Amino acid sequence: MANKNDNGTEKPTRRDLLRAGVRGAALLSLGSGLGLGMGALGRRSSGDGRVWQINPDKCIQCENCASYCVLNPSAVKCVHATGICGYCELCFGYFDAAGVQTTGAEGQLCPTGAIHRQHVSGPDYEYAIDEDDCIGCGRCVEGCNRDGNGAFYLQVRHDRCVNCSQCTIAEACPSGAFVRLPATRPYLLREPEAS
Amino acid sequence: MTGHGKTALKIVLVLAAIGAGMWVGSTVSPPPEVEEVESPERRVPRPELPEDYREPVTEHPPPRSMTLEYLDVGLLLAALVLASLFALKWRSRAGIFVLVVGCLVYFGFVRKGCVCPIGATQHVSEGLAGGFVVPITVLAFFLLPLVFALFVGRVFCSSVCPLGAIQELVLVRPLKVPGWLEEGLGLFAYIYLGLAVLLASTGALYIICQFDPFVSIFRLSGNVQILALGGLVLLVSMFVGRPYCRFLCPLSVLLRGGSKVAVTSTSITPDECVQCRLCEDACPYNAIKAPAEPTHDRRTGKVTLGLLLLALPAVVALGVWLGGLSSESLAGTHHTVRQARAVRAEETLASAGMADEVEAFRQTRRSVRELYDREAELLGQFQRRAALFGGWVGLVIGMKLVLLSLRRTRTDYEAEPGQCVACGRCFRHCPREHLRLARRRGEVDPEEQTQ
Repeated sequence: MANKNDNGTEKPTRRDLLRAGVRGAALLSLGSGLGLGMGALGRRSSGDGRVWQINPDKCIQCENCASYCVLNPSAVKCVHATGICGYCELCFGYFDAAGVQTTGAEGQLCPTGAIHRQHVSGPDYEYAIDEDDCIGCGRCVEGCNRDGNGAFYLQVRHDRCVNCSQCTIAEACPSGAFVRLPATRPYLLREPEAS
Repeated sequence: MTGHGKTALKIVLVLAAIGAGMWVGSTVSPPPEVEEVESPERRVPRPELPEDYREPVTEHPPPRSMTLEYLDVGLLLAALVLASLFALKWRSRAGIFVLVVGCLVYFGFVRKGCVCPIGATQHVSEGLAGGFVVPITVLAFFLLPLVFALFVGRVFCSSVCPLGAIQELVLVRPLKVPGWLEEGLGLFAYIYLGLAVLLASTGALYIICQFDPFVSIFRLSGNVQILALGGLVLLVSMFVGRPYCRFLCPLSVLLRGGSKVAVTSTSITPDECVQCRLCEDACPYNAIKAPAEPTHDRRTGKVTLGLLLLALPAVVALGVWLGGLSSESLAGTHHTVRQARAVRAEETLASAGMADEVEAFRQTRRSVRELYDREAELLGQFQRRAALFGGWVGLVIGMKLVLLSLRRTRTDYEAEPGQCVACGRCFRHCPREHLRLARRRGEVDPEEQTQ
């Protein structure tokens, strides 16, 4: 394309010069614009990737996590911070507070029976979540936050999450609890107080 | 100056421009961190557990390793280099086709379409506006196709982009889109880009990703609306070549621009055009332009151009005004603005019951004043940027009219570099190409040809 004007000995016309000038200016400005952006982003970029996570303190357990994820079941799961768990016999993350409170399916809060409990000693029970069964609805989280220590909370599980550029749950989250974290610290965990 | 000298000069100029830009651009401050909110109180005291009891520990699996992310960038680069070689050096449609399938499988179905250069436009916008730290890998995904476009044209579109690939492969019977419709629909891509930059830079949402018609196909999941949209676009793609690329793709705007002034780009003929018209219907994407004389004489042309240039500022001003008017509703896409509106509705008893947004706000135990201040700040930001967006739309429409009124002469059949996606379909239509292949096979004696 560029060599079309090279075949003759004719002088370039005014139009040719104008066209070459416009092209050159456009090429230069696009190039420098690209460089400008790269330079500006140099300070705002990082070698770390960015991943989605839920700020558990902002989450209101609206159940959107269970239904809005592009994955089915959702990549959001309930995690259990055993270090702050009260080992309650009457756990309101486990039992349906309004229901009959038996360990049978009808008495459990979890719609998929993903929480398992085991007697430890005296009135104390250990709770564990089977992540394959958990759908991330957060009903147990609500109960535990309301009446317990907040040991149950929702987190994006990074072995499942496909890290969409725009997380569909983040878009539907009414509390703005979704944040993007550096991939080197990908969780917002509740830790037992250092005391 | 020789052709080679010219190309070398161009390359040096582009590199110098990029370097100078980088030097000027590297003077900005980094963005904010995660907001602190109070955790729920610990109501139940921890029990005394038996000595021999071992408390279970919840494992937290790490995300996909960065090494793999860098590998993706490497694969993108390799695919772009291959695409350039297939389109410009080896002129092989078969090679391009294999690459298309490969990239569709990897970047589409294996990597589930994320991160892609089209979507990365939004990360970069938000990063430039200061709201987001852009990972190097995402930046590379955004920049590599652009840099390639500046040197060799839209080779990313031809065979690397999974969105382009899926449309390329389902095209069975391309219908000719009339020129006026092509030009008109093409404007949507510019408007979509403006909107995407506006919404991403304010931190509201990534609209390109939300309405990506193909990502649900790559993931084989999604809600009904988005699956229906994907199906519809695929159906249209069977009869209209690459409708998303031509009429919607926001990145195509940047790639088109780069490709138009590119150092070199894909050409129909390997050497010279013999005006045989055989390639006339070869391009399903309307990129092949026939030789043409200006349709109007110089005087009327000058008058029209003058009038349009005079009208341009008015069209831009109209756009700015309309953009400003739309800022209120555009701001509604931002979570904080939505939350502030919900809280206000509740405070003034305009809404019964507590919306999720209001409940979420109460839980943060922040003051309403703080929320309203943040809302006002965002509204101001939307006001300014929506006006800019409106101005951009005005400019795009005005400039289109100006460019359409320019008198152009074209002597050969050419693949217009802005529209050409370097798919290589036209190569085999050119008799000069057949001659080249025959020569390469040694069937034609070059001496005999020149006589």
